[in-house]
Amino acid sequence: METILVLAHTETDGSLAKPALEALGAAKSLGGTLIIGLVGENVQAAAHRIAGCGAAKFLAVSGADFTQARYATDAAAAEAIAKTAGASIIVAPATSRWNRVLSGVAHRLGGRADTHVTAISAAAGAISINRWYYRQRMEAVIQRAQRPWVIALDPGCCEAWQGDAGTATVENVAVALAEAQKRTTVTGVKAPAADQQTIRPDAPLLLVAGAGWTKKQADGQTHVPEAEKLILGFLKLTQASLGGSKSLVDLGGEGQAVLSFMTHLHQIGQTGSTPRHQKGLSTCCHGEEPHTVGWRFVNERRAISLDPNCGWARGKADVLYVADAFAVMAKVNEQLAAKKSA
Amino acid sequence: MSTPYQIVVCGSIVPDPLQTLEPAAGPAGPALKNEMMLPAVLDPWAWHALFEAAHLAKGAPGSKVWLVSIAPKAKLQQVMMIVAQKAPFELVAVDGPSSGFTEAAEAAAILADAIKAIPGLDMKKLLVFGGWESASRGAGATMQIVGERLGVTDQFQGVDKLTVAGDGSMEILERIEGGKHQVSKCAGPPAVFGWATGNLPEPPNNPQTGMMNMRTIMPSLQRAKPAKLGAEGVKFVSVTQPSQRRDTQIVKDTPPDEVAKQIVAWITGG
Ligand SMILES: Cc1cc2nc3c(=O)[nH]c(=O)nc-3n(C[C@H](O)[C@H](O)[C@H](O)COP(=O)(O)OP(=O)(O)OC[C@H]3O[C@@H](n4cnc5c(N)ncnc54)[C@H](O)[C@@H]3O)c2cc1C
Repeated sequence: METILVLAHTETDGSLAKPALEALGAAKSLGGTLIIGLVGENVQAAAHRIAGCGAAKFLAVSGADFTQARYATDAAAAEAIAKTAGASIIVAPATSRWNRVLSGVAHRLGGRADTHVTAISAAAGAISINRWYYRQRMEAVIQRAQRPWVIALDPGCCEAWQGDAGTATVENVAVALAEAQKRTTVTGVKAPAADQQTIRPDAPLLLVAGAGWTKKQADGQTHVPEAEKLILGFLKLTQASLGGSKSLVDLGGEGQAVLSFMTHLHQIGQTGSTPRHQKGLSTCCHGEEPHTVGWRFVNERRAISLDPNCGWARGKADVLYVADAFAVMAKVNEQLAAKKSA
Repeated sequence: MSTPYQIVVCGSIVPDPLQTLEPAAGPAGPALKNEMMLPAVLDPWAWHALFEAAHLAKGAPGSKVWLVSIAPKAKLQQVMMIVAQKAPFELVAVDGPSSGFTEAAEAAAILADAIKAIPGLDMKKLLVFGGWESASRGAGATMQIVGERLGVTDQFQGVDKLTVAGDGSMEILERIEGGKHQVSKCAGPPAVFGWATGNLPEPPNNPQTGMMNMRTIMPSLQRAKPAKLGAEGVKFVSVTQPSQRRDTQIVKDTPPDEVAKQIVAWITGG
């Protein structure tokens, strides 16, 4: 039987984010002995929150040095907890913080890590995971001989653990840090102002803007300010998350007319992100393969493009509207606004 | 005064993203159908890392850039014809598979050995660059393990920006959740950087740079030692291609008002 360690870090407010609870939910489904490992400035509240999860032990590395998402200290903390737990399987949420260190930690433990795991299952004594290769073009189910096996589970793939809070007794694992492990200091987070934040990973709807928004239209002119107004108007009315094609987000670097709120962080696809949303609406985008690989986890897809032969027409979308996105989105916003005020 | 760097970029080759890929059973596990026939490119995020390396080196006189690559020699040579024109670097080639179905840990061991063998390597100047994830395995694991094997524990992933301050310290912007960047300050080399797209546009072709690079590229390819790179301990239970094709309904010649109605009903329809 495997000993399973769920390795989680707390958020700045001491809470556990949903991906951590999802990792716990997934780990519980495997059976075996469960150990919880927590890293953060102060982890007691998080331990109490999941006190009812049935863990045999709660281990923690905490203190001011472990507030920051910093490779050297996070790796040291994760390594120390894993060694104390002696676990054969380590399940962790694939947050940016853990993604930075888990493969390095697996190396220190003499084990292996699998990242971007989308499912875990146990059958007939064997644990299997699912993960994608070649940027979401093919999915593999794999098993591993190496232990410890670190499994970083992508957020949004498993049911979050739900259970009772209570009182958990936390065992502290001591980690002595050398000065060399503090050569890096996290100084802050750079984010757009809250009302300008257009990337919303938890939104049910994704709006993708393509380069067409900045191209010359039927009247021979570009209409970038109008495009901005339509897109921002739609985002405001729907609270959708905004994505872009590479061609659109690259325009800035090439000195062309750009949508001022578009950055590389918005890019979806091969060299962009692969977000999870229930629905996605593509506008003024051609739907080429390097773009649409980023739509793997968008369930319902519709597109508006002037080109009836674009990629969306060829099995990439459920519905393609061959129409002018400027005209359609103006009407969409009008109708949404009317609906709101009704 | 700026410090000169030794910047080592790790990057392999991947099938051109415009290609349709299909899994196939190979002698040593899963592979791609017609893998050797597919046109290849330098792994896109490593490609960005290379531009950033060249940019940083240019601003710090005395710096040098290496590109360390494990790939089938013949294909790597083809890709180098293009890459060589973009930025000055010295190639360190290792002859091995570029398949996504190999292990990051095994690749990292080979890369770390290749880096350690670079003559005159100085840890006080070393910056190890690469893509934060490959377009093949997509694990984001290799660079971390390379760092561990070199004893470098200042590591950054999803890097979009690296700025060197007057005192030689570095400010790094890394992608984190929700369209934000984490800002860190690192005292200086050695450090590992897994790059996301960064901020630089693709440099124009420079035939002169290409010719200069070729002087080291060809001998490096000739010298390239074969490396054993597989997936020991991994059992691929299945590798499948999802059925991607949707039955697309194409709506044409419909007034914007009507299209909008359908879209609004779909969005708000729970
Ligand atoms: C290595 C590599 C990596 C890549 N990675 C990515 C990636 O991560 N993400 C990505 O997106 N791409 C990526 N690409 C690029 C990709 O191949 C396409 O070039 C890109 O997605 C095209 O963007 P687009 O569809 O917005 O622009 P275009 O191809 O210019 O298409 C614009 C579309 O807008 C339509 N249009 C114009 N005006 C209107 C209007 N008024 N109403 C409706 N429709 C209109 C046009 O008909 C056209 O279909 C990559 C390519 C390579 C080689």
